[in-house]
Amino acid sequence: MTPADPAEIWTYLRQDPLLWLTATLVAYGLGDLAFRRAGRKPLVNPVLVAVALLALLLRVTGTPYQSYFEGAQFVHFMLGPATVALALPLYANLRLIRSAFWPMLAALAAGSVTALVTAVAIGAAFGLRGETLLSLAPKSVTAPVALGVSETIGGAPNLTAVLVIITGITGAVVATPLLNLFRIRDWRARGLAVGVAAHGIGTARAFQINETAGAFAGIGMGLNALLTALIAPLLAPWLVAWLTG
Amino acid sequence: MIVNLVVLLACQLAGEVAARGLGLPVPGPVIGMALLFAALILRPALAERIAPTTSALLTHLSLLFVPAGVGVVGHLDTLGRDGVALIAALLLSTVAAILAGVYVFLAVARLTGASE
Repeated sequence: MTPADPAEIWTYLRQDPLLWLTATLVAYGLGDLAFRRAGRKPLVNPVLVAVALLALLLRVTGTPYQSYFEGAQFVHFMLGPATVALALPLYANLRLIRSAFWPMLAALAAGSVTALVTAVAIGAAFGLRGETLLSLAPKSVTAPVALGVSETIGGAPNLTAVLVIITGITGAVVATPLLNLFRIRDWRARGLAVGVAAHGIGTARAFQINETAGAFAGIGMGLNALLTALIAPLLAPWLVAWLTG
Repeated sequence: MIVNLVVLLACQLAGEVAARGLGLPVPGPVIGMALLFAALILRPALAERIAPTTSALLTHLSLLFVPAGVGVVGHLDTLGRDGVALIAALLLSTVAAILAGVYVFLAVARLTGASE
């Protein structure tokens, strides 16, 4: 085999899944390193760091998203089995769920509907329309489910992915000062509300503050994934049409 | 490990088939999650068996969002144009949802006597 010149190697790599799969893992590794170096501050989110690095890399190398995704799809595919796997933490917390069943169910319904309706209503008031508004509707739900919901109701799943991450970071940053300001001392209520409003990123934050809050946040995240998947397809398109029609 | 992955994939597959076959608006993997949850209640021994696989998947859950997140490069014009509106909606809505959840939890806990 004669040695190929760098341009040929690049042409090959650009179309091969290997390069972009590796780049995705390296970018996430760097994001995670930055997160740990920063003392696990929610603002330094590893996903956001990884997305920014990769977006920059695609821009610099002139690579279309489609070529990138051919490689990265192997990581993306695992979202499905991971969503199924969320059943396990839900089951592990069954005793906690039973102990505060009615307050949790009521808070879940209130938090879930408030998250969806206020996001769409405020977005519409600020002049957002159509696909962008629909992409906003599932923003409080854990990402794998939010992407599916966004696609089902006619949003743009890629836009939803980023809105979901920013929502999680927002919830993780504001929850503690907000709930201290309102003098809320029940860790169950605090955790559940944060899990419903700010999914996994909020849950990770809740676990840093208090074990009970973390467990309830995990339950809130899991149950809200189910509830939003059920109500968003019925509620969101109607709400968007009513507010912007 | 292989059997555990088969359990997860089979639940997802059944969920996808149910979602499409019955025309349900719920994503297939969410139905898969509900199916696995039901299976765990019927067969509690399953939990210990699949725990290593599910926790390996869930520990790196945020990595799995990266490929979809990078898709934002196709929406940079939307983010530039509607950035302020989107951030305002996300911030206010998240605060509203947290407060609604907390106060409803406390009110119902008081009513049902499930207070701490």
